[in-house]
Amino acid sequence: MSDPILSIRGLYKAYDQNLVLRNINLDVAEHEVICLIGASGCGKSTLLRCINLLEEVNAGAIVLDGMPISSDAPNLNRIRQRVGMVFQSFNLFPHMTVIDNVTLAPRKVLGVKRSEAESAGLALLDRFGLVDKAREYPDRLSGGQQQRVAIIRALALQPQVLLLDEVTSALDPEMVGEVLEIIAELKHLGMTMLLATHQMAFARQIADRVAFLDAGVILEIGSPEEIFTNPREPRTRQFLERIIGAEPGGALPVTATH
Amino acid sequence: MSALPPPAQALNDAQIAEMLTPQAMWRDPALVRSALIALLSSIVVFGGLAWLISGTEGWESVQRSFFNWEHFRASFPKIWDGFKLNIKIFMIAEPIILGIGLLLAVIRASRGPALFPLRAFAVVYTDLFRGAPVLLVILTLGFGVPALRIDGIPNTPLVWGTVAIILSSSAYQAETFRAGIGTVHGSQRAAARALGLSSTQAMRYVVLPQAIRRVIPPTLSGFVGLQKETALISVLGPLEATRQAQIYGSLHFNYTSYVVAGLLFISITIPLARFTDYLLNRSEERRSMGGAV
Repeated sequence: MSDPILSIRGLYKAYDQNLVLRNINLDVAEHEVICLIGASGCGKSTLLRCINLLEEVNAGAIVLDGMPISSDAPNLNRIRQRVGMVFQSFNLFPHMTVIDNVTLAPRKVLGVKRSEAESAGLALLDRFGLVDKAREYPDRLSGGQQQRVAIIRALALQPQVLLLDEVTSALDPEMVGEVLEIIAELKHLGMTMLLATHQMAFARQIADRVAFLDAGVILEIGSPEEIFTNPREPRTRQFLERIIGAEPGGALPVTATH
Repeated sequence: MSALPPPAQALNDAQIAEMLTPQAMWRDPALVRSALIALLSSIVVFGGLAWLISGTEGWESVQRSFFNWEHFRASFPKIWDGFKLNIKIFMIAEPIILGIGLLLAVIRASRGPALFPLRAFAVVYTDLFRGAPVLLVILTLGFGVPALRIDGIPNTPLVWGTVAIILSSSAYQAETFRAGIGTVHGSQRAAARALGLSSTQAMRYVVLPQAIRRVIPPTLSGFVGLQKETALISVLGPLEATRQAQIYGSLHFNYTSYVVAGLLFISITIPLARFTDYLLNRSEERRSMGGAV
């Protein structure tokens, strides 16, 4: 197996005195899709924000493509541009049209000419069925469309790793599907992804590996099969029983191995 | 069993069309009634006030000294000339105020430790010039700086009076911009940073455009205030509208000139105020529609 594209070693993160991530170790291979699951507040989002260097870590190392990265790196913006991030609340720029949202970073960070950035952006929008919205402002789009634009905006920088932070949690149920579809297509295209998600059925279907976080620790990591049908840890089993029991119509067979 | 109303007949297309046709205002009895009430109460209030004031003992002499058509016509040209100076001061000062205000606000929103001295300066600046009465700043600079007799800098009270106004208003404008920056949610900055934009770029392309849009109404309101403040420079002597009115008044023992100057100011500030209202209403409507900006 080739070297992982992203390695996390002994990562600790605290807010004030409150330790939210402890000793996180994780290797992500190229083209691999890892789903982070766990209760709200378990540290999934914080981990993604740390990888994107939006948060300063207290200890540990993050290695991207063989190069250690940290939030005080001098080439911070170059690094960030190689790690795409999509947020729960879309965070599109409301004063810019869709195409301007998509081309802002290529133009300003990579220095691509406007005409080139636009044709590349339009091609991306076209591929994901949003080219007719290119000149619209975000507030004219549905939540699902906005989130798809946010994903495309991250893709426009051709990141090596894409981080998705509960990207369907703020959506109306009927719009979740279109966003999950785009993610499935990205997996098909070989994008390396790290997803924090509450969509267990989707995680099971798309993930190469699933990591269960509990109180800031990766308690268990394995294939979806292992995690969802035969979790080792009782905490994992409890969590899955609770969440899948509560998921309308989404009952997955959790073979309880008491 | 409670008596439920019988099921209603669905409206036919013609009825729906009629329902949706906009009615002329005067055909709506409720609107007509409220218009009549408004008219009547205006007549009562303003008529009553006019009757009260014109009935006072001194009204005759006040009318002669404040509302004299002859003096109005005679004083108008000079005051109009003076008013052009007010407009000129305004036109020069306002862009500088916006520039300094924006700069101060951006400095105060910055985070780098290296910029600490600049941040401290911005805080002192806004505190000082927002705290001191404008008139005092005008008097101090307008009389003080020319008295230093420094070579190579303009020494007229007009210039230093304008500088004083700029200092004072830019401190207010900085706070307005800063409030605007504060209303842009942190997630916008995070999204920009996640895309690899530097913190300067995030400010320039993502935060400021949204912040500035949101503070356009209070900024215009500041324009109205500035237009009036230019009159304060009169204490230094430049022949702007208020000063001209004062001169005319003391030469002719008649104060109609003040009314002239007042009307000139109002003729500029009222349209500005209405325009501000219009923008405020529009942004209010957008917000209630759930739109951004």
